[in-house]
Amino acid sequence: MKFTVLLALFAGGLAGQIPDISFDSVANFVKMPEHIHLGEVAGVATDSKGNVYVYTRTGSDNATMGGSRIFTHGGSRLFEFDATGKYVREIGIGVYGFLVAQAVRVDAQDNIWVVDRGGSQVMKFDPGGRIAMVMGRKPEAINPGGGRGPAPAAGGRGPVGVGVRGDNFNRPTDVAFDAAGNIFVADGYGNSRVAKFTKDGVFVKSWGSRGTENGQFDTPHSIAVDAQSNVYVADMGNKRIQVFDNDGNFKSQITGVGSPRAMCISQGAHPLLYVSNSNAIDSDEGGEIYRMELDGKISGKFGQAGKQMKEFWTVNAIDCRSNSVYVGELGNWRVQKLALH
Amino acid sequence: MTFRITLALCAVAPLFGQYTPQLATAKAKNVPEIQYDVVPNFLKLPANLFLGEGIGVASNSKGHVFAYTRSQATRIFEFDARGNYVREIGEGLYGLSFAHAIRVDAQDNIWAVDEGTNMVIKFNPEGRVAMVIGHRPESIDVTSIFTPPTMAVAGKYTLDRPTDVGWDANGNIFISDGYGNSRVVKYDKNGKFIASAGTKGSGPNQLNLPHSMSMDAKGNVYIADRSNARIQVWDNDLTPKTSYDNVGQPWAVCISPGPHQYLYSSNSYPDANNTDFAAVTGEIYKMELDGTILGKFGKPGKEQGMFGTVHEVDCRNANELYTSEITTWRVQKIILHPTAAQGGAK
Repeated sequence: MKFTVLLALFAGGLAGQIPDISFDSVANFVKMPEHIHLGEVAGVATDSKGNVYVYTRTGSDNATMGGSRIFTHGGSRLFEFDATGKYVREIGIGVYGFLVAQAVRVDAQDNIWVVDRGGSQVMKFDPGGRIAMVMGRKPEAINPGGGRGPAPAAGGRGPVGVGVRGDNFNRPTDVAFDAAGNIFVADGYGNSRVAKFTKDGVFVKSWGSRGTENGQFDTPHSIAVDAQSNVYVADMGNKRIQVFDNDGNFKSQITGVGSPRAMCISQGAHPLLYVSNSNAIDSDEGGEIYRMELDGKISGKFGQAGKQMKEFWTVNAIDCRSNSVYVGELGNWRVQKLALH
Repeated sequence: MTFRITLALCAVAPLFGQYTPQLATAKAKNVPEIQYDVVPNFLKLPANLFLGEGIGVASNSKGHVFAYTRSQATRIFEFDARGNYVREIGEGLYGLSFAHAIRVDAQDNIWAVDEGTNMVIKFNPEGRVAMVIGHRPESIDVTSIFTPPTMAVAGKYTLDRPTDVGWDANGNIFISDGYGNSRVVKYDKNGKFIASAGTKGSGPNQLNLPHSMSMDAKGNVYIADRSNARIQVWDNDLTPKTSYDNVGQPWAVCISPGPHQYLYSSNSYPDANNTDFAAVTGEIYKMELDGTILGKFGKPGKEQGMFGTVHEVDCRNANELYTSEITTWRVQKIILHPTAAQGGAK
């Protein structure tokens, strides 16, 4: 009893000590052409020149009644803006794998990587906007009510847990790279695992299964790699960030930051970890973003759930490559560019 | 086998079960007729652009008219006060899938209520998205297809086939929600949840298909409780005050602005296209806010000036109405000739 009370006091004291970081948001940073609109912003990322890439769920009327199944195409779009927010171009117009946007990341060579949850694919675009590599295969059709397993429409070909040895993803969520160019895929809603590939897409290994033990996941939703090539996995359902070495050996975990849905690690001599305790889409509780050292020491937090500027509704992506922090929100259909003080 | 039959009944009942001649026939008798004219072919569409089902219509402070239509895609078109085409709003937008209602607030923001995506979308006057309420079900969440709407939990920020939106003088947002949830939800002007009231049924604080909704200047909420064949009046805190059950099945309600407000309610000819209903439906009532009926006008039909399943009425100008109609794929401009007894005197 005493122990519980003490613990509660301790936790309350800790939470009380987290300072609020004051910040500004650039209003209407990305400028859309007249007849193009953002939908739910699932991914936002910047390249080395400060260009901003936004992967958004825009919906689509393209469902085709096949002989026995419904085939769907489209549903998400990838836009590029320059560093001032001016619209540059759309990338991958009509590309086969764009179904339900989940994430976009840009690697050190400015290749643009798109993670699509509906297509269960990871697609690499070169800086010119052409497909350079495809991982996973889009399910042939939406087949509700029939087929194999509990989630046939999601392409549930692999077993829940470790997944097959390869790039057979089941609703993947994010992608990250180490200094050698190795590819790490958080995979995801269906397979509770992290899969590692060489820079050429050759499968190396995967780790994890569904559960709460160290090395297990309950929806690994975001992934980042630090300069020492350690792998940080936002284990959303287990309310923790797990840290692994480059081979997937568990090192430590970070708790006390809510349910981490989106995460990034900044570059430079003093890298920082940003993680969002995103509010659920039907709740106005939570929503704050934490800033911390890579060892998990929290230096501050900012924001809350809401629909106004400087508020967030279900942040699904954070980019912290430059001094600015970009957040992509599912609930408010927008990108905010933030300046932290 | 049994399971299949049950499913089939569930699916069909909401579509056809609520149209009965008894409910559709207005109780009010000897209501005076209001004379009116129609402006022929008021909306001028560009070549190769068509209205589909006329689901929503609303005007702004400059007299511009917004039509919300179910065509191959659900689309919003803007016209000027003379009916000339201006532009499309929200082209290809994620939240537009199956139109239900459109309204314009006091600041000329345009609000679309989409029954298909379960969303209410606020566009600023420039036509860009300013706020969204609700959440479009994710396309890969196939389980949602098989969850009967009445079994869904009514969330604070999720809607289930919402039907209409309105505001009080403080900018609080009211949403009738709707086919699935049988409730009205109140948010503050920033979209923060305040309260929700209503369950499915026929009691005083219950709703059976709240299909349309309008607010008066005092912030009272007038709910077209269609399948209960009554207009319910709730106060600003969503407490029932009174109800009017003598104007048939209210498909569309509208309250005019100004010092003397009027309530319009359409006992629309059902979109089931059952001619047995043609003799007892299709009229629009003009009422005082206390429910006193001043007159009625209109009857079902495909000719100009007749009404083909009115789905929304705009009454920003109390004697120049716009109607949007499902089965005739059109918006009409209607000029009333009210007598003093029918609210014509200023």
